[in-house]
Amino acid sequence: MTAPATGRSLGLALCERCRLVARMPPAAAGARATARCPRCGAVLELRRHRSLSHALAFLVAAYLAYLPANLLPILSMSTVLGSESDTIMRGVVVLIRSGSWPLGLIVFVASIVVPLLKLVTMTLLIVTVRRGSRRSPLQATRLYRLVELVGRWSMLDVYVVTLLVGLVQIQSLAIIEPGAGVFAFGAVVVFTMLSAMSFDPRLIWDPLEDGHGQGR
Amino acid sequence: MAKDDESPIPQAIVQPPHKVHLPLVWIVPIVVALTGIWLVVHNLVNEGPTVTLRFNSAEGIEPGKTKIRYKDVDIGEVKTVAVSKDRRQVILTARLVKAAEDYLVSDTRFWVVRPRIAAGSVTGLGTLLSGAYIGLDVGKSEETRRDFTGLEVPPIVTADLPGREFILHGAEIGSLDVGAPVSFRRIAVGQVIAYSLDRDGKAVTFKIFVNAPYDQYVTANTRFWHASGIDLSLDANGLKLETQSLAALIEGGLAFQTPPEQPPGPPAAADAAFTLFADRDLAMRSPDSERRSFVVYFKDSLRGLAPGAPVDFHGIVIGEVKGISAEYSATSGVFRFPVEIAIYPDRMRARRATGSTIPVDTDPGHRVLVNQLVASGLRAQLRIGNLLTGQLYVGLEFVPGAPKALIDWSHDPPVFPTTGGGLGEIQDSVASILRKVDGIPVAQLSAALGASLQSLQQTLDDTDRLVKRLDSDVAPQATATLSEARLTMRSAQQLLRSDAPAQADLREALHQLSRSAQALGSLADYLERHPESLLRGKAAGPVAAPEEGKQP
Repeated sequence: MTAPATGRSLGLALCERCRLVARMPPAAAGARATARCPRCGAVLELRRHRSLSHALAFLVAAYLAYLPANLLPILSMSTVLGSESDTIMRGVVVLIRSGSWPLGLIVFVASIVVPLLKLVTMTLLIVTVRRGSRRSPLQATRLYRLVELVGRWSMLDVYVVTLLVGLVQIQSLAIIEPGAGVFAFGAVVVFTMLSAMSFDPRLIWDPLEDGHGQGR
Repeated sequence: MAKDDESPIPQAIVQPPHKVHLPLVWIVPIVVALTGIWLVVHNLVNEGPTVTLRFNSAEGIEPGKTKIRYKDVDIGEVKTVAVSKDRRQVILTARLVKAAEDYLVSDTRFWVVRPRIAAGSVTGLGTLLSGAYIGLDVGKSEETRRDFTGLEVPPIVTADLPGREFILHGAEIGSLDVGAPVSFRRIAVGQVIAYSLDRDGKAVTFKIFVNAPYDQYVTANTRFWHASGIDLSLDANGLKLETQSLAALIEGGLAFQTPPEQPPGPPAAADAAFTLFADRDLAMRSPDSERRSFVVYFKDSLRGLAPGAPVDFHGIVIGEVKGISAEYSATSGVFRFPVEIAIYPDRMRARRATGSTIPVDTDPGHRVLVNQLVASGLRAQLRIGNLLTGQLYVGLEFVPGAPKALIDWSHDPPVFPTTGGGLGEIQDSVASILRKVDGIPVAQLSAALGASLQSLQQTLDDTDRLVKRLDSDVAPQATATLSEARLTMRSAQQLLRSDAPAQADLREALHQLSRSAQALGSLADYLERHPESLLRGKAAGPVAAPEEGKQP
């Protein structure tokens, strides 16, 4: 069974900055050595350096931030009628109860489902790669693309809060202030994005090559 | 591999490896974790206390929304609302901020702030929009507590208000209510905070609060009295109308003052207890520390004499009637009506000239004094206090020439001698008059009177007849006589007129008479000078003649 040629199998690396293809030094030169692009000097890597480790670190950070993001109030609103601070879930419940369930649904999906989905997906990807699973790498890649695609939308809540805080600043009548939850929530989103960025999707396919005798 | 080296693909530059290789990226989750841990620890450390509040109703209270506010600062939030097991109360659990931990002492009070409209004030209007909240007043106790029973109405006085609380014991509540004003010289200086019926049900205990600058005027000898609205009293002293400020008229109120004749003592301590008097007069009386009881037996009816009626000594009220009863003596078979009176010697002493040598403090001294007074004729008397209402009072009076009497000290209380006098005397004299009237033989008198009247009638008839006859017989003759008389008079008048002939004659006659008199006079003269002429006759001399001519 002949595997298709890959950059790694040919010992070639693509400079991610200037797109120059360079030949990597032989592994014997030292695993710890850093290769650089001969044209622009950027670091050349066959696989992103410590991709999994980074992705995992950010993922853990995201998981840690996810808890307060959902438990702490995301928004505190003080009006003449009293002050109120709501968590995301509470906001969703209020929206759905008050009849605007489509809006509630959108918030629910964007603020709770999507971040969770991203976290779970990233976990899945990392675990898959870690275990060197060879099962359906194509689907794993698709998942990864989905995570990247969806990433930019998951800040919806933060946008809304920012918008509200900026708009509603009528002193003594109504003041909206961001709660601690917003920061946690922002952290979740940022960390998942970083995690996704750190993750090298090429790793998904490596086990297929490894099956042909090459260690990662 | 050598072939590869010559290919157009350039060789990557090899850099020596870094010596230190820290997995820096793992700092991120560590920082996040640390932040999280710090937050959790911070929350745990700063977690305020949880309190349990009991209220009768949870009106307007929503878990998670209703705040707990101290001086309008949010210090907590109601977390849960539940009904107590006996279904009598609602139990709220509230989480307070850490700083509020010190507030939770045993005498801290919680209440629900809702819009309230009372006689004197409107409060909590802000809660119309914002919804109810729970207010609290931090107590001063040291003892911490977590379980409170909330007040149903907000307290009037908060613990940080400068001033002092006092306790009053009164017989009744009058028209007072919580929040009723306490006034000093008609300035509102405090309020009634609370009142409660004593456990034995015989008195009412009030708690009042006097604001700071004024509480110094509450001294140990200060008197408190009901100054509620209009006091219209009708007693043996007459009609009395007392009004207070308008607020007190509506809500009732209390007033206090130190008796003017007494020096103001040191300011009373907080929570000092005072007696609440029914009115100002009662309050201003000297405290009747000493009391002497006597029994007096009156022969007169006691109608109009009531317990509480004054005992009066020369117009000064020195005591009061304590009770009236009836006792039957089986041996003598007569009813007697003992009237127990209480005399407060202090009232006399306050007005007595200083330097009196009669010791009244000791019991024997008291006896000596009273014996002396009774020997001087001091007697108790029933008197009419008010003719309109027939109220009676007991008067002590020196009765000159009263029959000798002694105080019966063996009786307890001692029996004080009485004298009829006063009302009794009037009654006695009226009775004797009536007795005399009763003794008059009215029947005989009326028969004689009838006969007399009859004869009088007859006489009158006769007279009438006589008059009639006079009228018919005598009158015409009298008329004729009168007309004749008139004629006579007229002729007399004519006769006497100045130009009447008779008059002229008379005048002439008189003239001549006077001439004759002159002649006689000159004759007498001549005779005096010439007495010899009587014998010799008139000498012809020219001397006398001209003289005579000149004389008239």
